[in-house]
Formats: sequence, C-alpha cells, structure tokens
Amino acid sequence: MYRIVSKEKLAHKHTLFTVDAPEIAAKAQAGQFLIVIPKEGGERVPLSICAFDRQEGTVSFAFHEVGKSTKELGTFNAGDELFNVTGPLGNPSEIKRYGKVLCVGGSIMIAPALLQAKALKEAGNEVITVLACRSEEFLFKKAEAERYSDRVYVASDDGTIGEKGLDFLKEVLSREKFDRCTVIGPVVMMKKVSEMTRPFGIPTIVSLTPIMIDGMGMCGVCRVTVGDKMLFGCVDGPEFDGHKTNFDELIQRQRSMLPEERLSSLLWEHEHEGGCRCGRK
Amino acid sequence: MRGGAAVEGSEPRRRRNDKALDEDVPMPRQESEDRVKNFEEVALGYTEEMALAEAARCLKCKNPQCQKGCPVEVPIPQFIDMINQGRYDEGIAIIKSKNALPAVCGRVCPQEQQCQKNCIRGKKGDPVNIGRLERFLADWEREHGMKAPERPKPTGKKVAIVGAGPSGLTAASDLAKLGHSVTLFEALHVAGGVLMYGIPEFRLPKAIVQKEVEYVQSLGVELRLGNLIGRIHTIPELMAQGYDAVYIGSGAGLPQWTNCPGESLGGIYSANEFLIRVNLMKAYDFPRSDTPIRIGKHVVVIGGGNVAMDCARISMRLGAKVCLNYRRSRNELPARREEIENAEEEGLICKFLNAPVEFFGDDKGWVKTMRCTSMELGEPDDKGRCSVTPIACSDFDVDTDTVIVAIGQTPNPIIQRTTEGLKTNPRNGTIIVDEDGRTNLDGVFAGGDVATGAATVISAMGAGKRAARAMHEYLMNGKKGDR
Ligand SMILES: Cc1cc2nc3c(=O)[nH]c(=O)nc-3n(C[C@H](O)[C@H](O)[C@H](O)COP(=O)(O)OP(=O)(O)OC[C@H]3O[C@@H](n4cnc5c(N)ncnc54)[C@H](O)[C@@H]3O)c2cc1C
Ligand SMILES: Cc1cc2nc3c(=O)[nH]c(=O)nc-3n(C[C@H](O)[C@H](O)[C@H](O)COP(=O)(O)OP(=O)(O)OC[C@H]3O[C@@H](n4cnc5c(N)ncnc54)[C@H](O)[C@@H]3O)c2cc1C
Ligand code: SF4
Ligand code: SF4
Ligand code: FES
Repeated sequence: MYRIVSKEKLAHKHTLFTVDAPEIAAKAQAGQFLIVIPKEGGERVPLSICAFDRQEGTVSFAFHEVGKSTKELGTFNAGDELFNVTGPLGNPSEIKRYGKVLCVGGSIMIAPALLQAKALKEAGNEVITVLACRSEEFLFKKAEAERYSDRVYVASDDGTIGEKGLDFLKEVLSREKFDRCTVIGPVVMMKKVSEMTRPFGIPTIVSLTPIMIDGMGMCGVCRVTVGDKMLFGCVDGPEFDGHKTNFDELIQRQRSMLPEERLSSLLWEHEHEGGCRCGRK
Repeated sequence: MRGGAAVEGSEPRRRRNDKALDEDVPMPRQESEDRVKNFEEVALGYTEEMALAEAARCLKCKNPQCQKGCPVEVPIPQFIDMINQGRYDEGIAIIKSKNALPAVCGRVCPQEQQCQKNCIRGKKGDPVNIGRLERFLADWEREHGMKAPERPKPTGKKVAIVGAGPSGLTAASDLAKLGHSVTLFEALHVAGGVLMYGIPEFRLPKAIVQKEVEYVQSLGVELRLGNLIGRIHTIPELMAQGYDAVYIGSGAGLPQWTNCPGESLGGIYSANEFLIRVNLMKAYDFPRSDTPIRIGKHVVVIGGGNVAMDCARISMRLGAKVCLNYRRSRNELPARREEIENAEEEGLICKFLNAPVEFFGDDKGWVKTMRCTSMELGEPDDKGRCSVTPIACSDFDVDTDTVIVAIGQTPNPIIQRTTEGLKTNPRNGTIIVDEDGRTNLDGVFAGGDVATGAATVISAMGAGKRAARAMHEYLMNGKKGDR
C-alpha cells in the first residue's frame, strides 16, 4: 500500500498527489512514469512523475479526472492508501546541455513538463517554457515555471489568459534559434508543435500517451509507429522523435475503447455522483 | 471416513487382464453447451471414489517409467499408493517434497507427453491418470487445511528472486526451506506469472494459484509486488544492496507479431494483451471490473499452440464465433490434444495451411478484413517438423472484426538491457545458462522461460529447483559459478 502524503488541487478536476514511496523516489527521473492502481481490482493507470524528493522518500503525480479510474482517484485524500504504485517506468528524458531549449507543457501535463524544465535548467540550458491550457482557470504552477525558466509564455485555447492558441510559437521560432524542443501534453498539441518545429529542423521530443496496461513491455497495446518502426510506448519510450511519430495512428488507437470507457465512467457517476449530469448545472 | 476402508473390501487391485482396468476413470467435466457460457473450471476433478478407482490401476512398478518422464521426478507410485491406503496427507507430502505447486501441475502439465507417456498401463490401454490424481490430493489438502511448514535454522544468507512465476516461486520456496532469507520481486501487482495473467480461469482457477503463492509466503519468503527489476533496482544494484545471489525467472512475456501491414489497427490484439485484459484484469466481468475488452462477432486467432487455444476458448465464452488460422496442418498443431478437443467441442473452427499477409480497417481504424495466403507443407526437417511455403497467387480475404495474434513470445529485454555483461542469445534474447542455471555472472542464476523461451510450467519449476540447489551450494561453499 502506498500512503498519500498530500493532495493539492491544481485546478478544476486537476489534482496532484504526493505519495510515500522511498524506493521509487530513489530512482525516479524526469520523463518517467508510474502505474497507479487506486484500489484492488482497479485499472492500471499510467501517470507521469512530476516531482520526487529522494530525502523525504516521496514521488508526485498529477492527473486530470477524465474517466472512471481518474475520477475515482480524485476521491482519495491525504492519509488514504493506494493499492499499488509501480515505477519508475519508461526511459528517463535525455537531459544534457543542449544550449537553448523550448519546453512546452499542455493541460495537466504542465506538471511533468516543469520537472523536465527544472532538469534541463540544472543541466545548464537556457530554458523557455510554454504553459498551454484550456482557459485561465486551468492554469497552474506559473510561479514554479518562472523559477526554472529563463522566460515563460502562457497560452490558452480561448485566449482568456496569455496568447490565444499556440500559433504565436511560429513567430517565436522564426525569431529565435532553439537547439531542442520538448513537448508533453494532449496528442493533438504535440502533433501541432512538432509540425511547427519541423521547418526549423529543431530536434523535437514528444512524450506519448498511448493506452497502456502492464507498462513493462508485455502486452503491446501501447505500440506506436515512429519512422518505419513499431515501438512500445512503455519500454522504448515514452519519449520519441516528434518528427517521426505517426500521431494520427496514435489518436486512433487511443480511441479504440471509447464506448467502453464512456460506459464505465457513466456507471461510476451514477453510483457516486447521483446519476448523469446532463441537464444539471 | 477415510477412503482406505472402501478399498479394502473391494476386488484385488492388480489383475493385469481385467479389461475394465485398461480404461482410465473419466474426468467429470462441465457440458460444452454450459461451459461456453461461463468462466468456471471445465474439468471438475475426481471425487474420492473416482480417485480410489483410478489409483487402483497403478501397478506400483519397481522401476517406474512414469517418474522418469516427470521433469521434477515426483515419486509417483509412492504417492498413488498413499491414495490407495487413504493416507491423503502423506500422499500430498510426498508430492510436495518434489513439487511445490501440485494443484497447478495436476491441472496444466502436458501429462500425456511427460509422466503418463511412459506409464506401463499405457502400453495396452489408458495410462494411469497421474495428473488427475495429483490434482485430487492437492485439492483435498486445500479443503482440509494446508500444513504450516517448519521454519529451518537461518543461514544468514540473502537471496533475491526476480519474477513470481512458477520458476521464481519454486526457487524461492526451495531456498527458503534451506534457511536462506528470500525476497521475491514481482513486476505485476499479483504473483503467479503466466498462471495468473495467461492461463484462463476455466483451466486454472486463480484462487488456487493464490493459495499456492500463500504457501510460498508461509515459508518466510518476502513478496514485493510492483517491483520491475531493471528499473526500480538493477541486478548489479541488488548485489550491491547485500543480496548474496540472484535468480532471474522473468519469463518470456514479449509478444511476437506477424509484421504484416495494418497490424496497428484497432481490434488486433497480441495474445498477451487479450489474456492480460481478460485474466489478470478480469475484463470478462466488465463493467463490474474496470478494465474493458472489445470483442467482435468474428474472431480470428492466428497460431496453433496452447496460447492460441486459450485465446480461442476465451473468445467463445465472450460470445464470438471463432476461427483458428494455422499455417501448418492439423498434424502439426502444437497445442495439447485435450485442449484442441475441448475447443472444438465448444465450437471452434480450425482452418489450416494459411497465413496472414495484410490487415485492412474501416474508416474508424478498426480491423475489417484479413488477407491470407495459402501455404503448402514441404519436407520434414531433421526434427521432423515440416517447412511451409506460401503458394503463389493464392491470396484470399477473410471478414473479421477481432484478430488475436498468438504466434509466440520471447523474453522481455529490460533485465538483459540493464545488466552489463550478462550473456544472452542474440537470436531470441534468452539468457544463457548451464544445466544448473548459472549465468556467466558470479552469483547470478536464471531459469524458466527466460532461459529456454516459452516452455511449460513444470519445466520452469524444474529449472527453479536445479538452480536453487546450485545457489545453495554457491551460498554455503562459496563455490563460484565457474563458467
Ligand atoms: C506514459 C503516460 C503518462 C501519462 N501521464 C499522465 C499524467 O501525468 N496525467 C494525466 O492526467 N494523464 C496521464 N496519462 C493519461 C492517463 O493515463 C489517462 O488519462 C488515464 O488512463 C485515464 O483513465 P480513466 O479510466 O480515468 O479514463 P478512461 O476511461 O481510460 O478514458 C476516458 C476518456 O478520456 C480520454 N482521455 C484520456 N486522457 C485524457 C486527457 N489527458 N485529456 C483529455 N481526455 C483524455 C480518453 O481518450 C477516453 O476517451 C498518461 C498516459 C501515459 C500512457
Ligand atoms: C496462455 C498460456 C497458456 C499456457 N498453458 C500451459 C499449460 O497448459 N501447461 C504448461 O505446462 N504450460 C503452459 N504455458 C506455459 C507456461 O505457463 C510457462 O512456460 C511458465 O509459466 C513459465 O514460467 P516462468 O516462471 O519461467 O515465467 P512466467 O510464468 O512468465 O513468470 C515470470 C514472472 O516474472 C515477472 N517479471 C518479468 N520481468 C520482470 C522484472 N524485470 N522484474 C520483476 N518481475 C518480472 C512477470 O511479471 C511474471 O510474473 C502457457 C503459457 C501461456 C501464455
Ligand atoms: S508434476 Fe506434472 S509431469 Fe510430474 S507427475 Fe505431476 S503431472 Fe506428471
Ligand atoms: S508406470 Fe504407471 S503403472 Fe507403473 S508406477 Fe507409474 S503410474 Fe503406476
Ligand atoms: S503497456 Fe503493455 S507493452 Fe506497453
């Protein structure tokens, strides 16, 4: 069992847990992920590591409540115990002194993006961070981003805060020279940013989030096509070359269990939130 | 009442010419119409009466051929004799002296190719059904309470076992019985390996596997779940943390693919994904369980081994029509006869001599058609296995909405990649070991599927046993793995 040491509300339905897991904390690195099983019999949910404290023996992850398992996870509180946390999984990000790095984090994945920004900064890079969110109320950890970055941009889908959308990046990219770009967030965003950096030839690393079950190379549900190779997201990744990734295939594969996921989510809401929310405020 | 009394009054046991004794006592099974609708165990097990009747068929050979066929050398006539005498607790103790997981082996060993293959009775009629008798005793023990084993004197040595499959569980229990302090690291959130995630509930109930795991824990083995070795600790790190020896029993869990175009479409599962969803995550109970499985109406299973058979039988239980496509002919099917018969009774259709060449999907990216090519058998090679070659211009299309690729597994490479200097076979990634499981690294042993490639439960256990013996010697006498 893994005890939740603290629960931090980042935004509506965006939550960060810090759990007591000294052995994982000892090995965790930026770019890796955990598999969290909220309770016995539950799903194995892959979630990125967004902080670790080797002294305290804790690791943190942040999640967006989108389906049954993450909604259920949201009901846990500090002091509660999670059935299982496995990790660290996946390969660590390649952290080196590249020069000037553009670090883009979107939606809930802003949290793990900041861990990368921090590691890149500590490795001596000039770090320009972009925080992309749906709207103002979904922005979090801006002050922290400023601490780890030489400059921070904020962008929102609806323009309620910062730039409207990510198109402004084109201009930034044509104005300044970057040596590397890392993107972590919704797949459509990672695809978009990869397309933007391609003409400038900036090596672009994306952190893919295919469906996963075991997270250790056994099932192949996480297979992605990168270049002309079929690779496993969990053991060959999660980070891959954004200019070689077949994003459309990934999006399609992510949706393969959609009706089942919806059913599961609706049933959960029915049981825990008193029925479906349509027509209610 | 003990069964012994029942036998005493009955006919003399060893009448070689008695026709009735040529036939074995059939195993009661769920009827095929019923069983395709549930996930409960198909083979129901012998009653005491049946077990006694079957045990009475054993000739108690002086030089028992059966025992030579068993990879862990279970003293077969001795345990069967205990059944004859109704001394079940002694019978199970005899089995357990050699085999830590009798309830499992009695169910899933390919007995017809092992112990039963050599049984004298088999020369004239049915061999003694050793597996069913082994299962009977193990089930009897479970129902009557397992005996807590005695704890030996600690040796002060620490051992790490990687992987809680049959191989790791066996090595762990043998080493614990010798007084070593054993930590068993398992990457998944449950112990049992293929016994939990691969073999379906209706062949091997999961509660039985967990009982066997509890037994191993009762020997003092510390089980650490959710620990992927190679990530949380590497093998060299374990040695540095003070473990005196390590046994790697991480299995062969990496799925192989057809590598045909279109294999990333939705609806195409590796056997492992399908099995893990259904068995480990209990997707057959979705939405009561959390992990879903999407299965269509026309399932194609590619392959012909036991894994393919299990996938097919699960699919039928989930309500699909299932066709097995195998590239050789019926004679070459590697699956156990018994499983093929069971599956065909349940409605499986088999199509031979064809192989996939491409998969096509609908506009949502879900598989719709599988293009196959016909194959023909060539001359048998020196192992007696026929080669197959595609027949030119023989492509045909099959409509399908779910494809399960069950064409084999190789070892998961995580440990090999993170253990510098560990010698592996470049062809398939298996760890190279000697007969006793010694790798080229000092104090590092390995065995089971990770060393042999996908094999059987009992051979993985045999490897765990031999390695435990070699590790004990290494730990006590400081004998190095001299390779
Ligand atoms: C390596 C890896 C790292 C990940 N890291 C994180 C992380 O740090 N934080 C996090 O919140 N998620 C992360 N994810 C995604 C996360 O695993 C899924 O959101 C989670 O499994 C959803 O489970 P569920 O049962 O709640 O929803 P499901 O029932 O599985 O899905 C519900 C629906 O939501 C959609 N969906 C899934 N993820 C998102 C999303 N992020 N935004 C919007 N819709 C989505 C799905 O396509 C599906 O239709 C990661 C995934 C991988 C593979
Ligand atoms: C569907 C199916 C049906 C089968 N049916 C039969 C049958 O009827 N009869 C029969 O005799 N055999 C059968 N087999 C084969 C048999 O199950 C295997 O040969 C046997 O389980 C191998 O045992 P093992 O201990 O070597 O490996 P496994 O059972 O594979 O166990 C390995 C364990 O190690 C864990 N692991 C892997 N990597 C790591 C790591 N890095 N760190 C920590 N833990 C790790 C895995 O999670 C797993 O639990 C079947 C196999 C399958 C897949
Ligand atoms: S362990 Fe398997 S091979 Fe050995 S006697 Fe038992 S059933 Fe036969
Ligand atoms: S060979 Fe057959 S008859 Fe002889 S001891 Fe073994 S099981 Fe009994
Ligand atoms: S999640 Fe199963 S292989 Fe990657």
